[in-house]
Amino acid sequence: MPGESPRAMTGAQSLVESLERVGVEVIFGIPGGAILPAYDPLYDSKIRHILVRHEQGAGHAAEGYAHVTGGVGVCMATSGPGATNLVTAIADAYMDSVPIVAITGQVASKSIGTDAFQEADIRGITFPITKHSFLITDPLEIPHAIAAAFHLARSGRPGPVLVDIAKDALASMTEFVWPEELDLPGYHPVEKPHSKQIREAARLIAAAERPVLYVGGGVNRARAWDGLAELVKLTGIPVVTTLMARGAIPDSHELNMGMPGMHGSVAAVGALQRSDLLITLGARFDDRVTGKLDSFAPDAKVIHADIDPAEISKNRVADVPIVGDLAEVISDLNLALRDVDLPDYGTWVSYLQGLRKRYVVTDFEPVSDGLLSPEYVIKRIGEIAGPEATFVSGVGQHQMWAAHLLPHELPNRFLNSGGAGTMGYCVPAAMGAQVGLPGTVVWGIDGDGCFQMTNQELVTCSLEGIPIKIAVINNRSLGMVRQWQTLFYGERYSNTNLQSHRVPDFPKLAEAMGAVGLRAETPEEVDDVIRQAMAINDRPVVVEFVVHKDAMIWPMVAAGTSNDDIKIARDLAPAWEGEDL
Amino acid sequence: MNKHTLSVLVENKPGVLARIAGLFARRGYNIESLAVGPTENEDLSRITVQVAVDSQQVLEQIVKQLNKLIEVLKIVELEPAASVSRELMLIKIKADPASRSQIIEIVQLFRGKTIDVHNDSMTIEATGSPDKLDALLEMLKPYGVRELVQSGLVALGRGSRSLSDRAKIEKTRPAAVRLAN
Repeated sequence: MPGESPRAMTGAQSLVESLERVGVEVIFGIPGGAILPAYDPLYDSKIRHILVRHEQGAGHAAEGYAHVTGGVGVCMATSGPGATNLVTAIADAYMDSVPIVAITGQVASKSIGTDAFQEADIRGITFPITKHSFLITDPLEIPHAIAAAFHLARSGRPGPVLVDIAKDALASMTEFVWPEELDLPGYHPVEKPHSKQIREAARLIAAAERPVLYVGGGVNRARAWDGLAELVKLTGIPVVTTLMARGAIPDSHELNMGMPGMHGSVAAVGALQRSDLLITLGARFDDRVTGKLDSFAPDAKVIHADIDPAEISKNRVADVPIVGDLAEVISDLNLALRDVDLPDYGTWVSYLQGLRKRYVVTDFEPVSDGLLSPEYVIKRIGEIAGPEATFVSGVGQHQMWAAHLLPHELPNRFLNSGGAGTMGYCVPAAMGAQVGLPGTVVWGIDGDGCFQMTNQELVTCSLEGIPIKIAVINNRSLGMVRQWQTLFYGERYSNTNLQSHRVPDFPKLAEAMGAVGLRAETPEEVDDVIRQAMAINDRPVVVEFVVHKDAMIWPMVAAGTSNDDIKIARDLAPAWEGEDL
Repeated sequence: MNKHTLSVLVENKPGVLARIAGLFARRGYNIESLAVGPTENEDLSRITVQVAVDSQQVLEQIVKQLNKLIEVLKIVELEPAASVSRELMLIKIKADPASRSQIIEIVQLFRGKTIDVHNDSMTIEATGSPDKLDALLEMLKPYGVRELVQSGLVALGRGSRSLSDRAKIEKTRPAAVRLAN
């Protein structure tokens, strides 16, 4: 609205009006002293505020909401401990490029630096984990800061932005003027890829014998799934989808070799290791994918496309760097490849398809102690809920099983904490996802360790009518850590035994929080409790699955070793047929 | 390790230096020297930072990571042949009447200045390239250095062009991001 005249209001009113102007519909937060003035006009706003039980929950909920909606998630907290409780979620959003805006109250500007009550330098604390941050002491700056924060969070490489506002700036009178343009002279994300680089990439693809599309989470942020599907169809090049990109093309697709990395499929890891050309799309050569870096994909040339130039050649030098929005990169690449005669990758594809058939990750050993197999439980949840459901996982073994065994047939349906590996992500992120997708099925796949970190948000879900379903895969241990102790620390289980057999009693805990609590201990009960959970849509549900604690996630590439040393079970390497490819 | 000099034009806003210093610390880059000050444009500051890197790839990463900071407008590497650079050094040195004239002679050779004199000490000001200042210091050490302070390196590219020309500041400012609503 150009040319509107300034209107007198408080800084707090200016903040709420600014949030309405950028289209905020939901805020997850908790009020407190310094942010208190903002909560008064928020009371009258059409923006829905969801009162969470811990600020970390507000941050992860904002992430979950952003992930499923493609918009910006918003969390709000007061100064000091309120703000520092957001830090884990902000770090998580930074690692996984999730667009969120965190709004924090700060002590009055005169008190800044005096160690005032509930003072923390949250901007300083979050410098290394935010895309940008603002400290506002002049209420006139509020509209521009909010407009800029949302623009920064969602454009370019998305990420978290912090807006810290001093209490007196919120409380005092100011003039509200909505900025017509943003003053960000140092911010120019490159979206349009360079045509020369696209041609060069097409040339390398046409010359390759064993190319692989190495697809990462950037494809979700760019919502570039249709272009990717076209690229795969056009070229017939096999694909691996990282933890952050599961479902970017369907797992059932004959060219999808699955997830690469430390717990990747043999076909995906083999594809990267034996490739002569990695076509890297929105992935970042994370150590969990590459294993020992200098033995990663040793024969491959690298095309690396990313919106963030700093990712290119950070870990692995790129032969063809392409900076740009992935949707545009893929679309330009498709255009360029149409005029190119592509070789037949038949031998390569059938080699990988052979590996894929031979080493099926869905295989799991029968459980000896009469308890449930965690793999079976997760697989059944996926089969009963179906690929339309949104799945959110915590961090650990159950996350890896979820990455392999859920029906990843549709894009952007799988949320988890990839880069940061934040235990406690599941429940609040599922809450945010459910708020973003009302009326749809959202399943959390959580572990007993993770669940005990943030489960209090089930109270929020019960009171706010957010009917998430949480499966607690209870192995009474910090399972992934225990697996490492089994393999690398001589089975010395130092402090990984959570003893969570009936303490806590998860169904009772769920019911105390207003959710429905269910439990399955035998294979016969599994389908039944999943179906019961599916039938409930007016309240959150928690289903405890009491599982075998010695189940291990395979395949595995031990930390710091080469991907070539992948094991499909303890001390068991896959047989690489056709090594002379 | 090779040394490189980067000239970084930034918005003159609170916290910019903390962001840059924090970036170097967090990513494990080595700062050899750092100098910050105002520029011909009051909205801008200029940071001259000398880094030691063991490969061109690391230098490239530093530049890319710095560029990601929203308040960084322009970064150029100042090649030694195409730039002029200076450091300032103040040296407090033991000097009795017997040694004073010898010290003054050395200082004059290096085109330095004596800016403070006492019975048993004198303070020398010298500017120049790091090599020149090192050489001066070597010459003065035998007399007994009491205290020493050194500025970071400041540098400018040779020729008439300026960094703010290259950052197209005037053109960039009005053509800011237009808001959709």
